[in-house]
Formats: sequence, structure tokens, C-alpha cells
Amino acid sequence: MTQPIIEVTNFRKRYGDFVAVDNITFAVSRGEIFGLLGPNGAGKTSTLETLEGLRPADSGTLRVAGIDPTREPRQLRHVIGVQLQSSGMPESMTPAEAMQFFCAYHGIAPRHDLLDRFGLSAKRKTQFHLLSTGQQRRLSLALAIAHEPQVLFLDEPTAGLDVSSRAELHTLMRELQSGGTTIMLATHDMAEAEEMADRVAIMLNGRLTAIGTPLEITATGAGMTKVSVYTKAATLLANHHTFPAVAQRTQKENYAIYFSSDIAQTVPALINYVQAQQDELIDLRVERPSLEDRFLELTNN
Amino acid sequence: MSAFANHLSFELKTGIRNKNLLLMNYLFPLGFYLMMGAIMPGINPLFRDTMIPAMITFAILAATLLGLPDPLVNARETGIFRSYKINGVPAFSILFIPGLTTGMHLAVVSLIITFSAPLLFDAQIPQNGFAFFITLVALSIACSGIGILIGVISPSTRLTVLYSQVIFVPSMILGGLMLPYSMLPAVAQKIAQLMPATHAMNAFNGLAMGAAADFNPWASIIILAAGGLTAFCLALFLFSWDSKNSARRGHPLLALLVLVPFVAGILVL
Repeated sequence: MTQPIIEVTNFRKRYGDFVAVDNITFAVSRGEIFGLLGPNGAGKTSTLETLEGLRPADSGTLRVAGIDPTREPRQLRHVIGVQLQSSGMPESMTPAEAMQFFCAYHGIAPRHDLLDRFGLSAKRKTQFHLLSTGQQRRLSLALAIAHEPQVLFLDEPTAGLDVSSRAELHTLMRELQSGGTTIMLATHDMAEAEEMADRVAIMLNGRLTAIGTPLEITATGAGMTKVSVYTKAATLLANHHTFPAVAQRTQKENYAIYFSSDIAQTVPALINYVQAQQDELIDLRVERPSLEDRFLELTNN
Repeated sequence: MSAFANHLSFELKTGIRNKNLLLMNYLFPLGFYLMMGAIMPGINPLFRDTMIPAMITFAILAATLLGLPDPLVNARETGIFRSYKINGVPAFSILFIPGLTTGMHLAVVSLIITFSAPLLFDAQIPQNGFAFFITLVALSIACSGIGILIGVISPSTRLTVLYSQVIFVPSMILGGLMLPYSMLPAVAQKIAQLMPATHAMNAFNGLAMGAAADFNPWASIIILAAGGLTAFCLALFLFSWDSKNSARRGHPLLALLVLVPFVAGILVL
């Protein structure tokens, strides 16, 4: 791991008797895309908001680029950019005014070039409430990166976006990452986290239950690997033969589907069986458990 | 352009773009003024003597007590203040600038009323322009401060209307706009002295319109200014960035301290 830019140590946050975050510790490396996952009420918003300086920590140590978010809010705002889930913008403000307004408070010249880059040049003078959800999100992101922050917090950045806007946003996140920006991504979209995040942390009931790369996290689960086989003579569908390490069998259309705990045993046995039956293999697909499968496994437990 | 000037420019435009603010800053006060100008002199010819200060006081009450609080509550509820906090917009600007821009809109409305009322309704012209201006500014400070304080302590837009009406309606009835202070019963006079409108009308009459004041008009100016500054300081102290964050620096009932200058006025005057 390279030098951490976000450090959270023994962080606790309570609201009255309710413990929202219970003694969590993790670090995020410079230039990393870090996904924070968890169901509603898991504590991810409290964690993010404390890192953003919106709420004080009850105990523990938090540092963002070496800055204590609670004690040094003025310094913090120069190193972080935040795309909030809620609009965060007055209804009557236009994109051009918003850029001028927020840049002025950051003490920099307005970055109108970002409006062009984010496809908002034609909407410069349109009031915020008249923009589409995708345009509002893009504006929010343009404002969040205008002062070139070291750390960018994205809270559900693709919620409400269509497929192409989502893909554009992902491309932009990669560009920012390649420019050295660290991105902390809170999302309910497991596919997005699996695709974008270098590492993810899963929070449940205020605690960190898993942390690592998406591959590491899916590998530690008890999830079965799905093996789907389609043969010319459909011998696998006709004969309910048993194969090693297969825990469950089903079928869908022309595919026989097996859930295997060890594909090294199952796949060769399947191929041998098909050949022995004088059948012909047309398609064989192996799908490892997804992050969503692992997430559901953890949350159901 | 500096951040403050930028913010001021945006808020000034919002006063026109936002339909509710446009209504409270311009349409409602000017519509009411035209209606009263057409009706009241026929019923009570003496209304012409106080028409200009009364209608300007009404405009200030409407724009500040009914117009100012709601956008503050809405901005807190929709996360705009959170966004402002993250981007370094200070609480002082968030509270002070809307008060200042409302004052600028009210200056336009006041000019319209002052110059049109003598021509349209044969209203009496202020005799002392400086004292008239000082009273107008003092009333704007007092009512803006109270309007901002209501916006800060109100937990929802529904309650904002209630809090605003608690001051607005008695001000209309007892504040000397429709009925002279001297005609009120003694108890009602004491209650009336809790309201900025009463002090404004007293100062307008005694200092600017050449009429007799009911009590020391300069004391009224001081009470208005002190009330406004107290309200603004309380609003800054009680300000919360976030409706989800229940942590406040003080209990909302502390807002009642805004009455201290007015209560002191009752005891002294």
C-alpha cells in the first residue's frame, strides 16, 4: 500500500443511545478509488460526513491529507471535493453562476471550461431546477473538482443516471484517478463498486465486516461458482449425472447449470462426461460469485 | 469579483427570480398599497397623513417576516447549507446577505411608495427626509433580524408560517398602521410596544412626518436597532447547517431574548 491519504483509526459515532459507527479503522491510499458499501443505516454516511467535516467524531482519529476534519475545517475544504447525494444548490442558480459562486469561495477563477467538458455549455444559463437529473449530477461533480481537490467524495454518484451518463461518469472517475485524485465512493450499486473500486469496505451495523479488493472479498465468501454448460445433444439435461464438488444443479433454457465449490474438479469432470456420451460441447461459462453475492451473504448473516 | 460580492449579486437576483420572494418583496406590498390607497382615504381622510410610513412599514413586515425565513428553512432542509459548509461559505454570509438584499429590494419599494403616493392618493410627504431614512433603516434592521432568527429556529416550513404570523398579524392590528397607537387601551399599548411596527410608526410620526410622537421617537430608533442586532447575533449563535444534525449550540427558546430591548422599552418609556 502506498502512502495513505485518508486514515481512520478507532472511529466511533453515536446519536444518543444509537451507535452509528463502532470503532472502525481503515486507510485509503493516495490515488485509490475506495468503495464504501453497506445497507441503509450501516454507518457509511456518518463515516463520510465526519471525513467531510460535516459532523464531529465522538472518539478516534480521522485524517484527510493529514488534516483533522473537525478541528481544521478551513484547511480541509481546499483538499476535498464533495458531490452530495442531495442537490446542494439553490433552485434558481444557473450552472455558470454556481461555478462562479463556489470558485469565488475557494479563491480561484471560475472553471467554466469544466461546464464545457461536462456537456453543460448549452445549459449555462438554465436554472438548476430545470436541469435533468444527469445534468444536475454532472454540474455537482464539476463543482466538486473545480478546485482540483486531492480527495473526492462521491455519494451515490450514478443514482438516477441513464446508462450513457453512468458510463461517462465512470470514464471521468478513471481520468481523475489517473491524475492522482483519490476517490471515496459510497454506493448501493455493487456492479459499480466491483467495476470501479480498487478496494472496497463493507459496513454492517456500524462495523467494518470486510475490506479488500473486490476479488479478495468475493474469494473469502462461501459462494459457489456457477458453471453453465450447453451441449449439442443435451445429454446433461437428459441425464441427472452427479459431478464432484457440485452442491446444486438446475437448468435454464438449453443450459445445465451447476453450482460448484471447486471448479478444478467440476469442469474437467463435466467435459469428460460430455465426451464420453459422444456429445458436443457448444458453450461452457464459469462465473465467479459477484460482489453482490458476497454482500448479500454478509448482510444475510 | 470577491466571494461576498458574488454571493450578494446572486441573492439580489434570487429576490426577483424566486416567485415567492418576488411576491413578498414587491407584488404583495405594492398591491396592498394600491388597494389601501384606493379605499382608506375615503373611509378615513386622516389616513393620508400616515399613508407613506404605514405602507412602507407594511412592505418591510411582509418582505422580512413572511419572505425571509422560508428560503432559509428550505435551504437547510434540502442540503444547500451542507454544500455551502463544504465549500467554505461562512454562516455570517448565509444569514447577513439575504437580509441585506431584502433591504435593497425594500429600498426600491419604499421609493415607489414615497414618490407615487402623493401623486396618486394625495398622501402627506415626509417633512424630514433624513429622519425618515434613519427610521426606515432601523425598522429594516429589526425586522430582517427577526425574520432571519425565525428562519434559523424554525424546524420546518409549516412552523415558519406560524412563527411569522405570530408577529405579523398583531403588528398589523396593534402596530399603528391602521389604528393610531393613542386609541389603543392601556394594556394593548404595552403589548404593542413589543412590536417593531409600533416603534417604527412612532419614530416616523415624531421625527419625519411632523406629527406628535406617542413616546420618545429616538428611543424607538434605538430599540429597533438593538432588537435587530440582538436578533442577528442570536441567529448566528443558534444557526444550524443541517436539519439532520440535532446538535445545536443553544435551545431555540433562547430566541426569545430578542424581546429584551422591547421589554426594556416598556419599562423605561
